[in-house]
Amino acid sequence: MAKVLMKGNEAIGEAAIRAGCKNYFAYPITPQSEVAEYLVKRLPEEGGVFLQGESEVAVGYMIFGAAGAGERVMTTSSSPGISLMSEAISYIAAAHCPAVFVNIVRGGPGLGGILPSQGDYFQATKGGGHGDYHLLVMAPDGVQEAVEMTMLAFTLAEKYRGPVMIMGDGLIGQMMEPVEFPDDLKTEPTNKDEWATSGMDFRKSKKRNLVKSLFLDPTALNDNNLALKAKYQQMKEEEVRFELYNGDTDYRVLITSYGTMSRVCRTAIDMLKEEGIEVAMLRPKTLFPFPEKAVFEAACKDSCKAVISIEMSMGQMVEDVERCVKGKRPVEFYGECGGDIPSPEKIIDIIKGLL
Amino acid sequence: MQTEIKFAGFGGQGILLSAKLLAYAAMKQGYFVAWVPSYGPEMRGGTAYCTVVISDKLIGSPIIKNPTHLVAMNLPSLEKFENDVKPGGIIFINSSLIPVTSKRTDVTQLVVPVNDIAMKAGSVRAANIVALSAFAAKSKLVDLDLLKECVKEEFAAKAKIIPLNMEAFDQGVKSAQTA
Repeated sequence: MAKVLMKGNEAIGEAAIRAGCKNYFAYPITPQSEVAEYLVKRLPEEGGVFLQGESEVAVGYMIFGAAGAGERVMTTSSSPGISLMSEAISYIAAAHCPAVFVNIVRGGPGLGGILPSQGDYFQATKGGGHGDYHLLVMAPDGVQEAVEMTMLAFTLAEKYRGPVMIMGDGLIGQMMEPVEFPDDLKTEPTNKDEWATSGMDFRKSKKRNLVKSLFLDPTALNDNNLALKAKYQQMKEEEVRFELYNGDTDYRVLITSYGTMSRVCRTAIDMLKEEGIEVAMLRPKTLFPFPEKAVFEAACKDSCKAVISIEMSMGQMVEDVERCVKGKRPVEFYGECGGDIPSPEKIIDIIKGLL
Repeated sequence: MQTEIKFAGFGGQGILLSAKLLAYAAMKQGYFVAWVPSYGPEMRGGTAYCTVVISDKLIGSPIIKNPTHLVAMNLPSLEKFENDVKPGGIIFINSSLIPVTSKRTDVTQLVVPVNDIAMKAGSVRAANIVALSAFAAKSKLVDLDLLKECVKEEFAAKAKIIPLNMEAFDQGVKSAQTA
């Protein structure tokens, strides 16, 4: 298929359709409202349903309902909206239901601003709602990856029967870039008959399915948490995705960065290379599971003297980086999160300060 | 080789569309492109600006502080961004709304009364197309026939206004050649 020029938000909407998503529930919020604007037109053409909830709290439970019935379902929102949905996300994780959440992150805390930020890293990767759960979280660095990850999110949500999140930011949502759509996802939701409350008339199995998150018996609750833990362990073994940029050189500094921020770092690395200074970047594409081993190995390269995590936050992913580097190298941090994205020149100054 | 163009004006002048059409034509010509709008709490009549990045390799940071060229559709835009343009670039000035030229001497200034030209072509609403084609003709960033096709394609659903925009496009090209 030929390349098309699309806004990230619209491309995410189209990607959901091509992944077979027939249910999209949302509540408008800047900077992601174009997803809803796109899908309100496109979904009915594909026989799908768009419903605007009365709030993000309601949307969260609309997602839970559709996911529990084994339907492919997605919502998109931005930071404060995801906070409101977090209770439902916890229920969805506990009840083992597949669903896709897209967070086009804006500045926080509180209402914050509407410009790009990465301040929701903790919320996305460490749970967000209550209880022992994780989302599988992917972070695209542009419109093409946003499309690929959105489509993959449906497959992974079904593979692990749990919530998957795409963590973008305002720039990814608002920017237009050329995009090539992968082949449509042809598969039907898997094992639906085994677990989904899809209606006895619509499935072959005569077993009564139950979707629930309440386990009053301590053994049953412990077992459910062990089942969740086993899923997260499997994700750590099978789903870690990352990119090492300029890693085949004798780099002196290793940057860890993701999403929009990683693109600025990429430009800074290219400019430093022209000055004869080699710097590499480890870019996690999955924020959970985190590329623990890759960060450790890249940091421990003989030529590497320091690691720096560069984020549009006040220091969140850096905690995971420190954990993975295990004290083998000093781990520094630089971040801004008012909405102005740091320039490559600023990053270069920061890197030179480490040499 | 990477070129960055900032389009700036007030909301409703169609600068986001001009920028998109340039990016679209460049994409069709095989370049990597990015179209980055300013999105704040802007509204009709407020300021609007947008940057297009055109490159022969994968684009790193799409956030550009110092663009190669500037297309200024109104006076506040010129005043706000003229000093950001890299030396040797083009500053395009819509002289219908901007009564001055830039103080910069290290850039090429292209002064075109785009609103007046658009009105002569049939409607002031085509001013953004005049600016686009005039700038494209001067900067030679994309093939003009291809760009014209892209404009035509953009208005495919509104066939009635295609002749107006084609005329505006041709007049824009002409104005760049005589300016």
